[in-house]
Amino acid sequence: MNLKLIAEIAKSLLLARWRQSLVAAIGVTFSITMFIALLGFMNGLNDLLDGLILNRTPHVRLFNEVQPNPNQPINLSEEFKNGHNFIQSIKSSGRRLEIYNSGAIMQALKNDPRVLGIAPKISSPVLYNAGTIDITGVVSGIDVMAESELFFFKDYIREGNPLDLKNVGNSIVLGKGVAEKLLANLGDVIQVTTSKGERLPLKVVGFFQSGIADFDKVQSFASISTVQKLLGKPNDYVTDIQIKLKDLNIAPAVAKEYAQLFKADAEDIQTANSQFETGSFVRTLISYVVGITLLIVAGFGIYNILNMMIYEKMDTIAILKATGFSGSDVRKIFLGIALTIGLIGGLLGLLFGLSLSLLIDQIPFNTAALPTIKTYPVNYSPMFYIIGIVFSLITTYFAGFFPARKASKIDPVIIIRGK
Amino acid sequence: MVVLQSKGINKYFKDPVTVKVLDEVSFSVNQGEFVAVTGKSGCGKSTLLYILSTMDTDYEGELWIDGQLMRGKSEGELARIRNEKIGFVFQFHYLLNEFTVLKNVMLPGLKLQRVSAAEVEHHAMERLKTLGIDSLALKKANQLSGGEKQRVAIARALINDPLIIMGDEPTGNLDKKNSDIVFDIFKQLSEEFNQTLLIVTHDQTFADNTNRIIEMQDGRVIS
Repeated sequence: MNLKLIAEIAKSLLLARWRQSLVAAIGVTFSITMFIALLGFMNGLNDLLDGLILNRTPHVRLFNEVQPNPNQPINLSEEFKNGHNFIQSIKSSGRRLEIYNSGAIMQALKNDPRVLGIAPKISSPVLYNAGTIDITGVVSGIDVMAESELFFFKDYIREGNPLDLKNVGNSIVLGKGVAEKLLANLGDVIQVTTSKGERLPLKVVGFFQSGIADFDKVQSFASISTVQKLLGKPNDYVTDIQIKLKDLNIAPAVAKEYAQLFKADAEDIQTANSQFETGSFVRTLISYVVGITLLIVAGFGIYNILNMMIYEKMDTIAILKATGFSGSDVRKIFLGIALTIGLIGGLLGLLFGLSLSLLIDQIPFNTAALPTIKTYPVNYSPMFYIIGIVFSLITTYFAGFFPARKASKIDPVIIIRGK
Repeated sequence: MVVLQSKGINKYFKDPVTVKVLDEVSFSVNQGEFVAVTGKSGCGKSTLLYILSTMDTDYEGELWIDGQLMRGKSEGELARIRNEKIGFVFQFHYLLNEFTVLKNVMLPGLKLQRVSAAEVEHHAMERLKTLGIDSLALKKANQLSGGEKQRVAIARALINDPLIIMGDEPTGNLDKKNSDIVFDIFKQLSEEFNQTLLIVTHDQTFADNTNRIIEMQDGRVIS
């Protein structure tokens, strides 16, 4: 009841100088609007850039590296067991690139609760034959469904239907750069030769553009079975298993565990793209710093206006005190005014921020590097909106706190006698 | 019944040099008395009034209101006492311009919360009617004339049926006609409602028409 009266008085004071209150609220609205739009935009771009790499990089990759065998024959010899053996001209062993027992490993991975999904892959160096010249390249055999689901394969297809890879036998999706060099169109049949000399005609069912030009000049995709056929391998032949985890951060530990468990090499995303997190973190930090600076500037605006208001309302404060309102009542009134400005300004700011974000989202943004992006990306994370409103209340609270305390300490006698 | 009593109140102004403005002021006011405090400018009568009203707490001596000692009470408790037991009328009417006349009168009542808001409004209208200004109830305070404002201030002072009404030169800023109206209201309150009044004034005719005059000189009560 008492609070209701205080709220009513605060409201009257606010409305009595509504223009001034409006200016204060607009200050908050502007900061929150910019905060929301800026963070949404910067994080949208951030996500886009992160996505360029992170979407396509498995959290953990199982494969067999070509490397020298660590167990050289001399180490088995009893005679030289105690010495330190120097061996010269070791060559990498003819270790098979395929993952042993891939079927069982994939089954085990699917049952692991930490794993979001897996996509097997075969990488095979090939030559694309175009008339008299050969172009070196790589054909990856992929499981289209898994690849689309986990690594957004579909998003990078410029023309054609990715599902044709699975549905049409002996088909291929060419990298944009490769296709340009081969002058290949949809429906054309191109020749591909493996390093072993096998040659296979493949039908072009789509074009792929990742945004990384060098990558698109060599890379093509076919179904796993097509590549197995190309290499003359049985249908359990797989060179890579790409694993996407539910939590990105446990990737290093999981990679270590899998390397031991499955006796294969395992690389985690942090090791593969270490520079990435740093850039991403710094960009986020900058956007938050700018946003919060805006809010603090708005806070000073509110502080000034409330201070001015208190000088104007000296008589009002004195009379309220003389007729029985205590210092804490007066403090509550002015804090109420500050928080109302903060809340209304903040909520309007969220609304305008969202509108500005939607507007930015409509601005055309075409770049060869990012085929699927047509407009500027914006992140609409509710987190920004929550931070925005909470911070607007906190700033206005502090901006109102000191003027309100000053008001509560005003001595009515001085004001009333002063006239 | 003693409503208000001061015992040996001393007050010093310390800035820029220490000056004793009140010297051993002791008197008491009984229920229903209409008291005028007179004296020349600077004799300390307003200073005394602000001490008696509990707004000024920097003094020596004892102040008793309604049998309660004021010393040692918190700021909140004093505010409560002002709200409940003291009605105030200033020289400069001091209404809140943000509110209507009615709301101005109601505010101390709403703060006290002794009765519901609807009843406070009813009481406020009654007070305004008694003072003949009920037609102004919905006007903003800054649309009134000086005399009207002072009558609204009196209505506000009455809203919580206070033990005592204090006035600091309530007619000091008004012309003869309005002064008379205000005085008549005080007189009527005193005679018809047995209201206790303590009014600081330097208007001798005003003072002469009250029940009792406390005359001050150089910080002392001389009669």
